[in-house]
Amino acid sequence: MWITWKAPSPNNFNPAADPGLMRMPKSRGGCPATLMKKIQRLEMEGISKSFHGIHANKEISLSVGSGEILGLLGENGAGKTTLMNILYGLYQPDAGQIKINGSPVRITNPMESILMGIGMVHQHFMLIQNHSVIENIALGYKDTPFFFPKIKIREKVASFSRQFNFTIDLNQKIWQLSAGEQQRVEIIKALMNGADLLILDEPTSVLTPKEIEELIIILRQMKADGHCVIFISHKLDEIMNICDRVVVLQKGSIVGSADTGKTDKKTLARMMVGRDVVFNISKEKLAKGQEILRADQIHVTGDMGLPAVKGVSFDLHENEIFGIAGVAGNGQRELAEAITGIRRIDSGKVTINGKDITNLSPRHIYDHGVSHVPEERIRFGIAPGLFLYDNAILKQHHLKKFSRRYFLKYNDVKTHTQGIVDDFKVLTHSIDNQIRNLSGGNIQKLILGREISEQPRLLVASHPTYGLDVGATEFLRHHLLKLRKQGSAVLLFSEDLEEIFELCDRIAVIFAGEFMGIFDSDDERLCEIGLMMAGSKRI
Amino acid sequence: MIRLSYTDRYQITRLRTLVTNIFSLAAGLVVISIIFLIAGVNPLFAISEIFQGSFGSMYGFKETITKAIPLILIGAGLTLAFRAKFWNIGAEGQMLMGAIFSTWTGLTFGDALPGFAIIPLMFAAGFLGGALWGIIPAILKIRYAINEVISTLMLNYICAHILTMLIVGPWRGATRFGFPGTDNLPDAAILSVIPGSRIHYITLILALACAAILTLAIYKTRFGYEARVVGENPDAGKYAGINFFKTTLILMAVSGGLAGLAGVGEVAGIHHYLGYPASVSSGYGFTAIIVAWLAKLNPLYTVISGIFFAGILVGGDAIQISLGLPAATVEIVNGTLLIFLIMGDYFLHNKITVSFSRT
Ligand SMILES: Nc1ncnc2c1ncn2[C@@H]1O[C@H](COP(=O)(O)OP(=O)(O)OP(=O)(O)O)[C@@H](O)[C@H]1O
Ligand SMILES: [Mg+2]
Repeated sequence: MWITWKAPSPNNFNPAADPGLMRMPKSRGGCPATLMKKIQRLEMEGISKSFHGIHANKEISLSVGSGEILGLLGENGAGKTTLMNILYGLYQPDAGQIKINGSPVRITNPMESILMGIGMVHQHFMLIQNHSVIENIALGYKDTPFFFPKIKIREKVASFSRQFNFTIDLNQKIWQLSAGEQQRVEIIKALMNGADLLILDEPTSVLTPKEIEELIIILRQMKADGHCVIFISHKLDEIMNICDRVVVLQKGSIVGSADTGKTDKKTLARMMVGRDVVFNISKEKLAKGQEILRADQIHVTGDMGLPAVKGVSFDLHENEIFGIAGVAGNGQRELAEAITGIRRIDSGKVTINGKDITNLSPRHIYDHGVSHVPEERIRFGIAPGLFLYDNAILKQHHLKKFSRRYFLKYNDVKTHTQGIVDDFKVLTHSIDNQIRNLSGGNIQKLILGREISEQPRLLVASHPTYGLDVGATEFLRHHLLKLRKQGSAVLLFSEDLEEIFELCDRIAVIFAGEFMGIFDSDDERLCEIGLMMAGSKRI
Repeated sequence: MIRLSYTDRYQITRLRTLVTNIFSLAAGLVVISIIFLIAGVNPLFAISEIFQGSFGSMYGFKETITKAIPLILIGAGLTLAFRAKFWNIGAEGQMLMGAIFSTWTGLTFGDALPGFAIIPLMFAAGFLGGALWGIIPAILKIRYAINEVISTLMLNYICAHILTMLIVGPWRGATRFGFPGTDNLPDAAILSVIPGSRIHYITLILALACAAILTLAIYKTRFGYEARVVGENPDAGKYAGINFFKTTLILMAVSGGLAGLAGVGEVAGIHHYLGYPASVSSGYGFTAIIVAWLAKLNPLYTVISGIFFAGILVGGDAIQISLGLPAATVEIVNGTLLIFLIMGDYFLHNKITVSFSRT
């Protein structure tokens, strides 16, 4: 009899709290030898899976062969992650089967799939925040020795890191890393196990353009070595660039597939959303109104105890979107947190409408009309086990309209939540649903809806389109422009230059905690933005 | 080959919770039976004696209700702390501190004040004592990141020794002929009981009210909301502007305070003086952890689970006498049931499928 260990719930955002993850068995006998052969072809046949009677996957069949990169496209909630979780052994399909090299296999937990040669990088990080990089890698590695695991593994990781240009201090704790760096740890973890089939679930959403390029190089190398890759992304350019073939999902079913050589972005988008998507939106000219935010010589310390923001000054007005462009980890997160009250400002001054808000509590700053869409939204923005309506008022629960004296007005809260769900097209069977059960993109939509539906005076938004499908991205950009038109100010942090140029009235480039310059969006000097982001030019 | 695989259950109904709990308790009883067998006692007889002793007679039932009072009070308080993932193992100490504070109040003012004044005063003092003992680990955790499991556990011993020191030393009563213990409380400071029983009904009413109010607090108020958010994800709590310090302090003050109330009930309702820690409490602070757990952290359900475990305590005493089993029997029974309840939780959250296949 096989007793299999409990798989960590894929929607559990706090792996540290899940003992399942800490109990990965070292290795397993029992695995039929034929399966240890390299994966030449993987097939999924007629896979179906439903939750609460709603189909997340419906009779899906696909296959991927050695040396092939298969793209998986689909709107938020289309069922991509569910399908991959089935392949990885986190879920059992209701129907259908998986075949490796032509013979059917049953994958009942992740350790089995790892031993079969399947690796997966999850949409949300599964790293243990209080452990170091090396400890996290050792934990997921199949040959970790029982005694002194770190010593043995360190050499392996070191050689691997050299090969893939991975420059992170292995002794750092995960919580000290930027989102992009955490993603790289996840990727290394999957690669270290020598996966024949690598599944990447939106791996690029938090990577910088340069990191994405490096990842693409790694993937090409893997492809040349005869590995199979399944790649999920909402960025059509990437899909076109990286993949050989794409499969498009809609509401759990396959609605089309194509060779990337024989299709284009527009067609894919139409297949996915069922209508034409406007990629370039134009913003109307608006005169800027009175000043809303003024930041004066702000200095902020980062998690590592080093200065992260060094003397930044700028102002932001009504009817204006101010973009801060830069490679992740140059002080953007600290700056956003300082303005919204989560992080202490060491020196300098921030005013909203002329009132000093420096180092006020997050709630006071919120009450001054400042909304915040944080960078690591899954980590900071939700309480996973609580219901949608609980999460829809996080940070707003103290407001008059949701509470009377000591009590919450749950009827009003529920109406409000239903409003967000309808406006932002959050896909859920009901608002009486734990938020952990939503798809990644739909969680993002709920958080965005919560923060921006309130008509903030100032919206501080970090990478607001992370994880959104093309339709939702389009909607969100229109919404930001609508806020601008209605007189709000938006402070937009993004690595996506296209997004910055499309939306912003003024753009600042940040490097190592300093502004390299502030420009109007039509300034010609911006053609050198790449150099400025790299810190080699200052204006 | 038989294979077992586990998947998450996405929705957990009340009925399923109930059925799972009943099955867990039944499975626990099976193991307890084996232990009885090893001890050379007929398990069916022993178990039926336990329930006969606690629910089978009027006397037993009254005793059961008496013992349920502290269990409900403490258990309800613990549900709040546990919801915020603050693992308060120190209810025993918090209860003793409540007993100390109220005894002092009763002895000091009991002769001067009438009952309707002194009794509320003693309850207030008891709440204060328990609350103080509860917020110490809260402060230690927030300010110095000291694990609350360890600090609350250790504070139990500190409190027990403070109490012992008091009753052996300065508080030793003149009427005790040199034996440790305070003098009896003045008549005004003693809780009246339902005639023919030891049920100090004021505390019972207080316990039921607390359970109801806490249920309301957890599910309907801002404070309960904040406690749940902090318990689910402290980072989100911080982002949402929830004052972690304040929330934790309040919930530990309430959790400890309710334990303190239980201490008042024991001293003023049952013993009428402050004696050795083991006689004041007999482990209610620990049993209440099981009570809170069995109630699935819903304060209202602690009324039911509190009565159930009080029954086991009373029944355990009964078989101790009638079958000549050692005093630890009750603890074995309790511990076994707790383990099975926790295991049952696993089956509640995971669906297990068994499949047969050929290799
Ligand atoms: N554990 C679960 N319980 C209930 N419903 C679930 C669960 N996991 C997924 N779902 C539902 O299944 C559907 C598909 O979700 P899935 O995560 O696969 O989407 P996705 O294609 O990865 O979307 P995204 O682009 O937003 O990540 C969603 O409607 C989601 O709410
Ligand atoms: Mg997904």
